Amino acid sequence: MALPLTFAASILVTGLVGVAAERVCVKPLARASPLMTLLATLSLGLVIRESVLIFYPRGADPKPFPQLLPQGGFEVGGVAIRYESLVILGIGLAAMVAVDRVINRTKMGAAIRAVAQEPEAAQMMGVNLDRTVDATFFLGSGLAAVAGILSGLYYSEIHFIMGITGGVIGFSAAAIGGLGNVYGAIVGGLLFGVLQTTAAALIPRGSEFRDVVAFAVVMLFLVFKPSGILGEKSVERV
Amino acid sequence: MSSAEHRTDLTRRELLQGTSALGLGAVLVPTAAWAQKPTVKLAFIGPLTGGTASNGLGGRNSFLLAVQERNADPKTRYTYETEVLDDECKPTVAVQAALKATSDPAIVAGVTHYCSVTAIATVDTYHKAGMPAMVWGAVLPEITYSHKYVEVTRVNGTMINQNNVAADFAVKTLGFKTFALVHDTTDYGRAHAKWFGEFLEKAGGKILSTQGTAKDQKDYTAELTRAKADKPEVIWYGGLTPDGVRVKVQMDKLGVRAQFQGTSGIKSDTFNETAGPSSEGTLAFVEGAPTEKLPGGRRFLEAYAKAAFKEPSEAYGPFAYVAANLVIDAIEAMGPDRAKVAERLKRTRNPNTIIGPVEFDEYGQNTVSLISKYVSQDGKWVLWEDSEYASGKRTLPGHKFKKM
Repeated sequence: MALPLTFAASILVTGLVGVAAERVCVKPLARASPLMTLLATLSLGLVIRESVLIFYPRGADPKPFPQLLPQGGFEVGGVAIRYESLVILGIGLAAMVAVDRVINRTKMGAAIRAVAQEPEAAQMMGVNLDRTVDATFFLGSGLAAVAGILSGLYYSEIHFIMGITGGVIGFSAAAIGGLGNVYGAIVGGLLFGVLQTTAAALIPRGSEFRDVVAFAVVMLFLVFKPSGILGEKSVERV
Repeated sequence: MSSAEHRTDLTRRELLQGTSALGLGAVLVPTAAWAQKPTVKLAFIGPLTGGTASNGLGGRNSFLLAVQERNADPKTRYTYETEVLDDECKPTVAVQAALKATSDPAIVAGVTHYCSVTAIATVDTYHKAGMPAMVWGAVLPEITYSHKYVEVTRVNGTMINQNNVAADFAVKTLGFKTFALVHDTTDYGRAHAKWFGEFLEKAGGKILSTQGTAKDQKDYTAELTRAKADKPEVIWYGGLTPDGVRVKVQMDKLGVRAQFQGTSGIKSDTFNETAGPSSEGTLAFVEGAPTEKLPGGRRFLEAYAKAAFKEPSEAYGPFAYVAANLVIDAIEAMGPDRAKVAERLKRTRNPNTIIGPVEFDEYGQNTVSLISKYVSQDGKWVLWEDSEYASGKRTLPGHKFKKM
């Protein structure tokens, strides 16, 4: 019972924080360049992280994460597979399917897609822009909560700066897969992980270069295929 | 006015007021004298944010404790003010902090740096500015041995002695023969791996693999799976606490049956608290004797507890405390003159500090010969000699796996 409660409470709190962040950092900059919005949200992230460091008791230290999943496991060909890894994989897949359903099968999902495509036209068709943007931020932030819990369950520890690397890798994965495409982020994430692990396992002294290899591929994608693996070509009419 | 009239006018109330004023004056005189002492400013630089902040905060608190104690001492010639700066354990930030400290003429000396990457990056800054800086936690040998700057001294030992003892202990005392080395790719991790590797081979140990990993790396599955394939008796990690916790926890999750051995970088309360049961039987090595075993150590720990800091002093807090006291001693003797204080600090010979005798060699390096061996037992770092592992009551994980 502890795990569902953890998920529910974290998704709710983080989702609301996401909505508040949108109101404070994103909405007032609606007419500014996207770079300003990016800087504002990055700054807000820094404020939140440093606040945890300063105001949470001994916030600088990594914290143990409770073991909420069955322990133990088995070996297949010398590879240790833990039960908790299987559960985490299952929860991750369930989250992907749930997002897909919300985006493609619900009225709110249709509104989110419409606003992403053409906000003014969506409004003319009766879509409530504010509510839709709030829902998008709630959904995105709620997913960040899920990712945070899964990371805590997998690594058995959390740290106030744990999101930085995850955020950079997440953005890179989305860029590889195709920005704006939900499945692109999944494919990109998988490819990024495979690149890192392959570099570490197969190249001599490769673990020193795992990030070099993975981020070099991100650069190549940004230069030669900026739309990513599954991204669509965007045509700007003038 | 006649004296008779005067006597008549002196009421009991006035007499009381006069006596009170005299009493108050008597109380205030020493305070006024204290307030009139010239003020000298000292800098503390360490990682106050980021992954190694727990060690930095422990060092900062210990430094502040020393300054508070000396300010409360009526015998001191100066009143000491502090400037605490965060180096985030990042070289670029550290150089900025060092520039800030050195460019303030009121700051006479500094107690500087826990991370080796920051300490080595700032050596030239202190030298060019002529500001004495006493390193309180970084262990990279080059911080003192790559130059003969009068400004840079170090109160803690280097990783050379530490790795010599660690390698000998693992091979000759514990009987382990095969090792997989994992280290972070900072100067700190690389140098630890270099020295440990050299001493290990001299001691008769065999290195099966060496893998460098990024600092603050989250996932060690690839490295540990690769190391596991060689079936080493020991996984050795050269890095700091947050990464050390991840390596140990993930070792257990991946079923790596090997002893875990770290450096002084993982010897923190945070390691045991975060790794939880996984920390049991982990080995770590630190320069100097345990604080509580030293003559002044208990007094330091009691004073630290009384000061009610939020964070523990951690392994290197006593070194920051001693560094602050040595710097203040030098200022008391030479006056607030950077050059004179630097000269004086370089010639430090103090047999009575809470970390034991401190004596600097020609490079400004404290010639600490004692290295303490620790094992994690029931969530606490216990001196090896006092542990149930040494007495034979418990068996190290590495020895259990050897029998399997």
